[in-house]
Amino acid sequence: MSGAAKREYKNGFVRWVEYRLPIFSAADAIVGRDYPSPKNLNYLWNLGSILGLALVIQIITGIFLAFYYIPTAEQAFNSVEHIMRNVNNGWLLRYVHANGASLFFAAVYIHMIRAHYYGSYKAPRELLWLIGLAIFALMMATAFMGYVLPWGQMSFWAATVITNLFTAIPLIGDSVTIWLWGGFSVDTPTLQRFYSLHYLFPFIIAGLVMMHIWALHTHGSSNPLGIEVKGPQDTIPFHPYYTAKDLVGFGVFLLILAFFVFYQPVYFSHPDQFKPADPLVTPPNIVPEWYFLPFYAILRSIPDKLLGVVGFVSSILVLFFLPYLDTSKVRSAKYRPVFRQFFFIFLADVVILGFVGANPPEGAWLVIGRLASAYYFIHFLVILPLVGWFERTKPLPESISTPVLGDAGGGAAKPEPAE
Amino acid sequence: MKAARRLFAAAATAAALMLAGSAGWAAEKPREPESRDWSFSGMFGKYDRAELQRGYLVYKEVCAACHSVEQLAFRNLREIGFSEEEATAIASEFTVRDGPDDSGEYYDREALLSDHLPEPYENENEARAANNGAFPPDLSLIVRSRRGGPDFLYALLAGYEDPPDGLELADGMSYNPYFTGTQIAMPPPLFEDMVEYADGTAASVEQMSSDVAAFLYWAAVPELEDRNRLGLQVMIFLALLTVLFYFVKRRVWRDVH
Ligand code: HEC
Ligand code: HEM
Repeated sequence: MSGAAKREYKNGFVRWVEYRLPIFSAADAIVGRDYPSPKNLNYLWNLGSILGLALVIQIITGIFLAFYYIPTAEQAFNSVEHIMRNVNNGWLLRYVHANGASLFFAAVYIHMIRAHYYGSYKAPRELLWLIGLAIFALMMATAFMGYVLPWGQMSFWAATVITNLFTAIPLIGDSVTIWLWGGFSVDTPTLQRFYSLHYLFPFIIAGLVMMHIWALHTHGSSNPLGIEVKGPQDTIPFHPYYTAKDLVGFGVFLLILAFFVFYQPVYFSHPDQFKPADPLVTPPNIVPEWYFLPFYAILRSIPDKLLGVVGFVSSILVLFFLPYLDTSKVRSAKYRPVFRQFFFIFLADVVILGFVGANPPEGAWLVIGRLASAYYFIHFLVILPLVGWFERTKPLPESISTPVLGDAGGGAAKPEPAE
Repeated sequence: MKAARRLFAAAATAAALMLAGSAGWAAEKPREPESRDWSFSGMFGKYDRAELQRGYLVYKEVCAACHSVEQLAFRNLREIGFSEEEATAIASEFTVRDGPDDSGEYYDREALLSDHLPEPYENENEARAANNGAFPPDLSLIVRSRRGGPDFLYALLAGYEDPPDGLELADGMSYNPYFTGTQIAMPPPLFEDMVEYADGTAASVEQMSSDVAAFLYWAAVPELEDRNRLGLQVMIFLALLTVLFYFVKRRVWRDVH
C-alpha cells in the first residue's frame, strides 16, 4: 500500500482541496487505501474501533460537563450535584462519562489481553504495541485525575495516597510532592492542575491513536492464526466487511453502556464518593476504581514504600518489554499448547490481584497479594521466555485460506518464523 | 486446555469466596439490613407521591431539627406532587437571611421557591455542641453514601433496641445494631403518632421510617423516573439497531469463506 500510485479523486471539491492541500492522500497514507484486512478476524478484533468510540464519547460528554464544572475545593462537589440536579440531562452526561470511563477500561483490557493471547505484538508490530501502552498509561493518568474532580471522599483520599507515593523518591521526594500539590496538601491548586491535565490528556491520546492506526495499517492487522497474509486470497477490503462487523460491536458496547447508565448508574462507584471531601476524616479502606485494583494490590503488597512504588511502576513497565520477553516465534496461542495454559493462569492471577487490591493488606490478603504479585512478574520475566524457547508448538497452517491439514497429526513441526 | 479453563474458574471462585469471607474479620460488624420492596426499585420503578409527601412531613417535623438536606430547594417540592401554591406556602413558613440590602444590612425575609431548605445550625461547631459532640450529617445524599441505601435507612430508624447484656453505653449514646460501631449519638428520633398525616395513615414508627426513607431516596435520586423512562426507550432502540446491524453484517459476509 505504501508508495501506491496517487489516487484520482472523483469528487470535484475533494480534487480542489487535494490540489491545494493534499490532506486526502495524507489520510490515505495513514489509514491505508481500501485497507485490505485478513478475512479471519474474530470479534475480539472489534475492540479497537470500540475504543475509538469510547474516546469520542468521553471527549464529547467531558466538554459538556466542563461547561458547568467548577474546579475548587469549595465548589467542585456542589457543582457536580448542580449538574446532576439542575442542568437539563446533566445526570445523563455525568453518568455516561463516569460509566463510560469504566467500560473504556474494560474494553482496553480485553484489547490488551487479546494481543497477549494472539501474540499480536511480535515483529513487525512492536511499535504498535508500545504506542498502545503509551495510550494506556495516559488513560490511567486521565482517569485518575478525573476521579479526583467530583471531590468526594474517595477523590480526595485517592489523590492524597497516590501523590504521597512521590515522597518515596529518595532525597527530593518531599519537594517533588509539594511541587505536584501546588501547596502543602491536596487542595484547590492540586484540583485545578488535575482538571487542566484531565482536559488535555484525552487530546494527546487522540494524537497517539492516529499513530497507533498508522503503525497498524503499515503492516496490516494480525489475525487469530498469527500467520502473515500470503496474498489477496487471504484478505477482504475493510469496507464494507469490517465496517459492518464493527457496527455490531458498537451496538453491543452501547447497549452495555446504556444498561449501566440507566439502570445501575452507581454500580462502579463507591459510597464514600457521595460524601464531600473531608481532609479530617480518613476512610477506613482507601480504594481506587476497579480498573486500578491489580496494580494497587502490587503496590500495597510490598511493605517498603519505595519498593512498593518500584513494584507498581515495574508492573506497568514490564508490559513495554513484552514483545521481547515473549520469545516464541509462533504468535498465536492456538498453536502454543503450553503458553495457552500459562495464559489462563496469568488471567486468574490478575483477577486474584484485583480482589486483593479491594481489601486491606492484612492477614490472608497480604499473603495472597504477595504470592500473586510475585507470580505476575514471574509470568513475564521467567515463564514467557522459557516457554518460548522450549515449547513444542503445533504445525501452522500454510495460509489463512488453507485450513490446517490433519490437526490430529500431532507431530510438532519446526515453528515457522514470524517475519 | 480444559484443565486451564477449570483452573481459571476455580481461582476466580476462590477469590470470590475470600472476598466474602474477609467481611467476617471486621470487628464490630453492623447488622445487615433486610431488603425491602420499594415503589422505586426495579427497571419500572416510580415514586409514590403520597408516600414522598408523608416522608417530607416526617423530615420537616422531626429530622429537620438536627439534619439539613442542603441540595433541596423549595421549588423541588413540586416534583413530589405539591402544587406551585402549596410549595410557595410551605416555603413561606420559613425565614431566611438575605442581603446585603442597599444600606449594607442583612435582613430576614420569607423563604421563596428558589431558596434551599434552611439548615438547622449555623455551622458544624454549633451542630456538634448541640449533639454531644457528634455531627448530624446532611441527608441529601445519605441513601447513596451508605451501603444498603433506603433499606439501611429504614433499618436504622426502626431498629433501635435495648443494648445486649454487658454492653456499657457511653454517655448520651443509644444502641442501634445497624449503625457501624452500634453506639449512635442520635437518640431514637421517631415515636408512634409523632406526626399527623393529612391522608389519615396511621403514624407507626415503621410507617414513618419507611416514608422518610423514600423521601430521602427521592432527595438523592431525583432523576430516577426520567432515567427509567428514557432508559427503556434507549435500550429498545439500541437492541433493535444491534439486531439490524447483525443481519446487515451477515448479509455483507454471505460470500466470504
Ligand atoms: C436530636 C437530633 C437528631 C434528630 C431529631 C435526628 N437525628 Fe439523625 N443524627 C443525629 C446525630 C447527632 C447523628 C450522628 C450520629 C453519630 O455519628 O453517632 C445522626 C445520624 C444520622 C444518620 C447517619 C447514620 C450513619 O450511618 O452515619 C442518619 C441516616 C440519620 N441521622 C437520619 C435521621 C432521620 C431520617 C431523622 C428523622 C427521622 C433523624 N436522623 C433525626 C441527630 C439527630
Ligand atoms: C480518556 C478520556 C477520559 C476519561 C477516561 C475520563 C474519566 C473521567 C472520570 C473517571 C471522571 C470521574 C467521574 C465521576 O466519578 O463522576 C471524570 C470526570 C470529569 N471529566 Fe473526564 N475523562 C475523559 C475525558 C474528558 C475530557 C476530554 C473532558 C473535558 C473536555 C473531561 C471532563 C471531565 C469533567 C468536567 C469531570 C468532572 C465531572 C464529573 O465528575 O462527572 N473528561 N472523567
